[in-house]
Amino acid sequence: METVVLLTLTGLGLAALYFLVASGLSLVFGLADVLNFAHGLFLGVGAYATWWAAGNLPGAGPDGFGFVVAVAVGVAAGTLVAVLVELVLIRPLYSRTIEQVLVTVGLSLAGVALLQATWGADARPFPRPDWTREVTGVLGAQVPNGGLLLIIAAVLVLGAILAFLRWTRYGLVIRAGVENREMVTALGIDVRKAFTLVFAIGGAAAALAGALGGVYFGTVSPGQGGSLLIFAFIVVVIGGMGSVVGSAYAAVAVGLLQQFVNYYGTSGLGDICVVGLLAAVLLLRPQGIAGKVATA
Amino acid sequence: MTEPILSVEDLSVRIAGLHILQGVSFTVAPTGVTVLLGRNGVGKTTTLRAVVGLTPRNGEVRGAIRMGAQSLLARPTHRLVRGGLGYVPEDRCVFAGLTVAENLRLAERRDTSPAYDKVYALFPELDRRGRQRAGSLSGGQQQMLAIGRVLLNDNRLLLVDEPTKGLAPKVVTEVAEVLERVADSVPVLLVEQNLAVVRRLARDAVVLAVGKVAWTGGARDLLLETALTRSLLGVGSAEVHH
Repeated sequence: METVVLLTLTGLGLAALYFLVASGLSLVFGLADVLNFAHGLFLGVGAYATWWAAGNLPGAGPDGFGFVVAVAVGVAAGTLVAVLVELVLIRPLYSRTIEQVLVTVGLSLAGVALLQATWGADARPFPRPDWTREVTGVLGAQVPNGGLLLIIAAVLVLGAILAFLRWTRYGLVIRAGVENREMVTALGIDVRKAFTLVFAIGGAAAALAGALGGVYFGTVSPGQGGSLLIFAFIVVVIGGMGSVVGSAYAAVAVGLLQQFVNYYGTSGLGDICVVGLLAAVLLLRPQGIAGKVATA
Repeated sequence: MTEPILSVEDLSVRIAGLHILQGVSFTVAPTGVTVLLGRNGVGKTTTLRAVVGLTPRNGEVRGAIRMGAQSLLARPTHRLVRGGLGYVPEDRCVFAGLTVAENLRLAERRDTSPAYDKVYALFPELDRRGRQRAGSLSGGQQQMLAIGRVLLNDNRLLLVDEPTKGLAPKVVTEVAEVLERVADSVPVLLVEQNLAVVRRLARDAVVLAVGKVAWTGGARDLLLETALTRSLLGVGSAEVHH
């Protein structure tokens, strides 16, 4: 029983991480048709900016309010980089899919190389509040607090994005744009502003994933973003392009599947099962759990 | 003759290597309905889309399009629309996942107050069905929504593409009635295949054939000449007199 609870909660922690990365990826793809392979870079920027701020920025630190400041710096940095990437590199290339893929893949490689050149290829210990190293007893299972923190953060981000999409003018533009971008412009709306906005939201969520992932794993390394991105893409495809709720369901499915199979089966089998799930969804329901029909 | 609201001169559109429009020239009067006719595939929709700046990226537009004294070519669609060009696309293109009220709210503009009174007076149904998802409306209701969201704002010219396509005969009449009332206050460039509707609404007609203008003149004159109608539009007199 304790093992099941522990696996469920750590699986959900992993799902939270996937969701934070996938939600922005899904919105960017759904609205702007951009497959952003540089999304993992936003995560890396968030993680390293948090790590740097905690060690160097006055007022920020590894504990208490200082840690909140450090995470805020990380999120701000990730958001800023995402906005710059959209404005400078993506905007001139809308509707040119191949060029976008090349640019974003190149950017993610260059970004990882830049982080390596500056701070080295080795994992660095991540500054984190002491309580995140401890465990909390849930139904007899000893659950790491870092994982619980990720789950809480992901739920809050999910709620915030849904409220934003539901209640604001820009949210309305984004929902309409995911359905039919051209018709949004034909109503007199400059849809490119919404593109920049979804990049900013996606960058912020990914940077938060970087910071809280650093807390969860206890280290930060340049390649972290890239390996998470693969699973985030799988989550986006399973959940349906452009659907935030779909991403949340898919993240939970992928996180739990991975955790349980890796524990009860052989280690690594869970990752293969995730790819199997992806294949099954693509065959049976190609538009994803909640997504728009890709061929429409 | 007063100045036209829209003038299209030597408009040429190529999309993916296909020369769809090959030097189209016509004008739209500042009042009433001008109808754009022609057989399927002659470039009627392509013409409207070129006017509102929606030619796809792999397309190439040449020539001149002017609304009043202003050149429309090479300006982004959202600016053209804000400048008073209302566009009701073929197949309505309402946002199926949004509610009726959200569809209308999306069409509101910051600089003007939306004319909900006018729209709800024309389409009381839209007021009653505000919370319903647009995707669950009937075809006729979706068409009302597509027209209604354009009428929320003041327009200098409306482009309406096949508003009665696929609708039941009773609904066709309703849509035609609405367009007739709308055309009292704003000029309309209409693409329409239903000749009964054309007869009722249109004063001027422009007929396209294989990418060029084949005939311009009064809509009534065109429809009276059965042989001409048949050769240009490929329909028999039975359809003309429905």
